[in-house]
Amino acid sequence: MKASAFSYARATSIANAIELLEEHGERAKVLSGGQSLMPAMNLRLLAPELIVDIGALDELRGIVRQNGVLAIGALTRHVDLQNSPLIAAHAPLLKEAIAHVAHPAIRNRGTIGGSLAHADPASELPACVIALDATIVVRGPAGERRIAAEDFFLGIYETALSTEELLVAVEVPLPPSNAAHYFCEFARRHGDYAIVGLAAQAVVDTQKLGDFRPAFFGVGDKAVHVKMPALLNTDVTPKVLSGALQALGDALDPPEDQQASGAMRCHLSKVLLARCVAALLSRPDLSTWEPA
Amino acid sequence: MTAPLPISLEVNGERVEAYVLPRINLADFLREHLKLTGTHVGCEHGVCGACTVRLNGEIVRSCLMLAVQANEAVVETIEGLSDSGEISDLQAAFRERNALQCGYCTPAMLITAQDLLQREAEPGREQIREHLSGNYCRCTGYQAIVDAVEATAKARKSRAP
Repeated sequence: MKASAFSYARATSIANAIELLEEHGERAKVLSGGQSLMPAMNLRLLAPELIVDIGALDELRGIVRQNGVLAIGALTRHVDLQNSPLIAAHAPLLKEAIAHVAHPAIRNRGTIGGSLAHADPASELPACVIALDATIVVRGPAGERRIAAEDFFLGIYETALSTEELLVAVEVPLPPSNAAHYFCEFARRHGDYAIVGLAAQAVVDTQKLGDFRPAFFGVGDKAVHVKMPALLNTDVTPKVLSGALQALGDALDPPEDQQASGAMRCHLSKVLLARCVAALLSRPDLSTWEPA
Repeated sequence: MTAPLPISLEVNGERVEAYVLPRINLADFLREHLKLTGTHVGCEHGVCGACTVRLNGEIVRSCLMLAVQANEAVVETIEGLSDSGEISDLQAAFRERNALQCGYCTPAMLITAQDLLQREAEPGREQIREHLSGNYCRCTGYQAIVDAVEATAKARKSRAP
């Protein structure tokens, strides 16, 4: 189908974009790369009266390292993340995850800000920014707010952004030198939304996990950080891992859809967690966990 | 503001000035306004890949872009790539290997394959499959398409100085 009729405004500055959002409220939608918004409009799931196109705001583009963080502008495209030496050096989780996001033609337009603001519970980037303990920077008429990634996602397509606020940047803390990451997802075809996926970062010291942040996606109405106290700063034996997997099963209550049942998603989440811990600790013996 | 807006862009080397409604996507603009019907419209939500064009040298889904967003951009469609001879060897390989049947996916398949061949001199079959994974073909089963892209890569490499 085709999108219904709407008005179009090309924002000339961040302030101008916020003015437009303030004036039009829920009737307006921000257009960034358009790779989620345009399908939703073509399918008539969304019919905004005004599109505020922020595509010309070059100040929202690019990646810089400053004050202990990587600051990633909202308009930075997936392909820019994929090709950035800064991302490869300081946030390799993002680089790895991007390869699973849709297809090259989509990654040439889609932006990190757009993906996060869209907040699809099965998409990769929300889970990644949670795992990386990133901060989402938003600006509105009252000024700037900084929101921990974990608090930013509220539900399906729902975030802490108010209708007059614009997501301007994502700040990813520079990881310590002994940080390790893991990313894996199950999808029926390459580029599809994941049935279940896991993005994680941890500090690995003398074969022990510290600051372990596993974020699962496709398991509920938003990406979710499941805390794993049993795995922290301890020798992970098969018994310890079994206990953690049990706890994971208790923490998740995944939905059923045409792709998978809730039980299957729960099982796959456990498989991912076992593989993740095995990979982070370089302990292949742990990945062979079999469900009881 | 729902009235037509002026846009100016370059399409296949020619300057185009037009007035378009904001809701018109780039694929429909190319097809309906410029009569460049080699850009096909399949699913209209970014899944099938049939509407792939080049925008400022990069492949994009023209159904997921508004024509007004292409203001000041350089757009190349299959007509441009075909007329310039840029992909004549790839087109010949598609014909020789029966890499098309109904032809609906073919223009976008060629543009996407050429995008890969421009960055990888000798991509493996897995790499070809991955790069084409966003372009659906319901006739061939893909085997012949991968064959044609692989053969073109090899032929270009052997011709390279």
